[in-house]
Amino acid sequence: MSAKILRPIGAKIRNNKIKSSVSRKIFVACNTTFLALFTFLCIAPMIHLLAVSLSTGHYAVAGMVSFWPRGFTLAAYDFLTGQSAFFAALNVSLLRVFLGTVVNMVLVVLVAYPLSKEVEVFRARTFYAWFFVFTTLFGGGLIPTFMVVSRIGLINSIWALVLPGAVNVWNAILLLNFFRGIPKELEEAARIDGANHLITMVRIYLPLSLPSLATILLFTVVGHWNAWFDGMIYMTTPVNYPLQTYLALLVMEADTATRNLMTIEDIMRLQYVTDTTVRIAQIFLAALPIMMVYPFLQRFFIKGIVVGSVKG
Amino acid sequence: MSSTSKPARPVKRKRKPGEWKLEISFHLMLLPAVVLVIIFAYVPMAGIIMAFQDFRPILSFENSPFVGLDNFRFMFQLPTFSRAMRNTVIIAFWRTTMGLLVPLILALLINEVVRSWFKRTVQTAMFLPFFLSWAVLGGVVREVFSLQGPVNQLIMALGNDPYMFLASNNWFRFVLVSTATWQGLGVNMVVFLAAITNIDPGLYETADIDGCNKLKQVWYITLPGMMPIIVLLGTLAIGGLLSAGFDQVLMLYGPLVYETGDVIDTLIYRIGLQNRQFSVAAAMGLMRSVIGLALVGAAYFLAYKFTNYRIF
Repeated sequence: MSAKILRPIGAKIRNNKIKSSVSRKIFVACNTTFLALFTFLCIAPMIHLLAVSLSTGHYAVAGMVSFWPRGFTLAAYDFLTGQSAFFAALNVSLLRVFLGTVVNMVLVVLVAYPLSKEVEVFRARTFYAWFFVFTTLFGGGLIPTFMVVSRIGLINSIWALVLPGAVNVWNAILLLNFFRGIPKELEEAARIDGANHLITMVRIYLPLSLPSLATILLFTVVGHWNAWFDGMIYMTTPVNYPLQTYLALLVMEADTATRNLMTIEDIMRLQYVTDTTVRIAQIFLAALPIMMVYPFLQRFFIKGIVVGSVKG
Repeated sequence: MSSTSKPARPVKRKRKPGEWKLEISFHLMLLPAVVLVIIFAYVPMAGIIMAFQDFRPILSFENSPFVGLDNFRFMFQLPTFSRAMRNTVIIAFWRTTMGLLVPLILALLINEVVRSWFKRTVQTAMFLPFFLSWAVLGGVVREVFSLQGPVNQLIMALGNDPYMFLASNNWFRFVLVSTATWQGLGVNMVVFLAAITNIDPGLYETADIDGCNKLKQVWYITLPGMMPIIVLLGTLAIGGLLSAGFDQVLMLYGPLVYETGDVIDTLIYRIGLQNRQFSVAAAMGLMRSVIGLALVGAAYFLAYKFTNYRIF
């Protein structure tokens, strides 16, 4: 029977080198082909983008570029280096990622530590826990939140992108569950040596939680790098747009955005560069840092995702 | 930390002398987060009052005249509102279904792959869009489905006329659901793969001995073993039903496809922040928050009942 050899998970069976049956071979071939095709389908859009951004403008506009550049040229990227808007937005993004990450990480630790204590140790724990969790269940909604942010005077301030989302309750829950797994004896020993809670947290809990903190750090960095809607509503002048907001508006207003910025010399180069190739080049550039690092970081994410949903 | 600041909540019950000092540090640690959450989550909740006012930014919350339920009456008369509700439910339903079904099938197929490098490559490729924002992905999708894009290149190569996918009410939901599935693929697949590896291998060995073929093993062992996590993800998805992928829709839609693509969040955004009818938008937001709260409550209740899942 074919059934006995159809188990790839069992390492034992694999080591026994059992000959595959015909039906198994057919299945494996189909499965491999299908998955390879699907894999290509997942990354094909990015390959297409790269090909378009490296093609001569009129080929791209005519829809003659699929997955390999036609009339190879770096003109679109060359054109971009003369554009300050893209790099100004990149600067705003970097500042936002830095400030946002620092604030988020400090707060997530400060929230997770007290809430990881038992009610006997910290009697107000339940109250605080509900105080935070309720905000994940119910919210004022877009308009009242916008009104509050603008009333405080944060419009066009970088803090509008940092403070409203500064307390991430989900990350705090992730971290507090990790804190709870740390043996209490360690804390008690530190207390006997005279350490207060702040010192215990910094010297005992944080060093032991590095894997968890790394996961949360990555979620936070990527979250801040990718956020664009808040930049769109809280920033009214283009100089203050973070990169993703700049990009979102570029995509939404596809046809007008770059043309306005072109000078006579630019138009002379139009046969090589079009707003399509420039737009695509910018989309590709914005995606590039993430595409380069995520294969190495994904295991941290996977851990966070699996812990968050399967839990034990 | 300064010793002069007061604790957020006074300690009242009788305790051992000096013990209350320990709890003060917990309150102090929570203080910054509590302040931020009050400002950016609880004040906006109070700001919902504007849904019952004829809100003017100059008069602000205190002085704007009350109009009772007028905003709600107006809202229910809007044909765009019922249209948005309908679209939201339809799109969210298909997003949830496909978002669970496709990763489930892929996880079962990937689980059959023996070569680990191939497994890793497939998984990494499928994870790519998860790390990109909808600002980038919106640009990608618009380009791929554009008249010059690869999809239409293929259609034309097969001798058909190109489609305007993003401007067609017949195709827009299809594009939304398929690209949303593409984006969420990696995440749910990882969770499903983790669930599969948690299944006791002994069950498969027993089934092998009983002469059970692979399909039957999947049907009688793998799927039942994964049921808790499928049910969990399904029920938790109920809570997010009303969002229906706001940032995705905002990046992809346009006036031509409002009929099939305008969801409740995009409608709130247009009415509130673009047309500046703040009160009507806030009324819609309140409506959305209340239904959302009920759905999240139902989701957690069901998840707890079926799978013993708790957020804490």
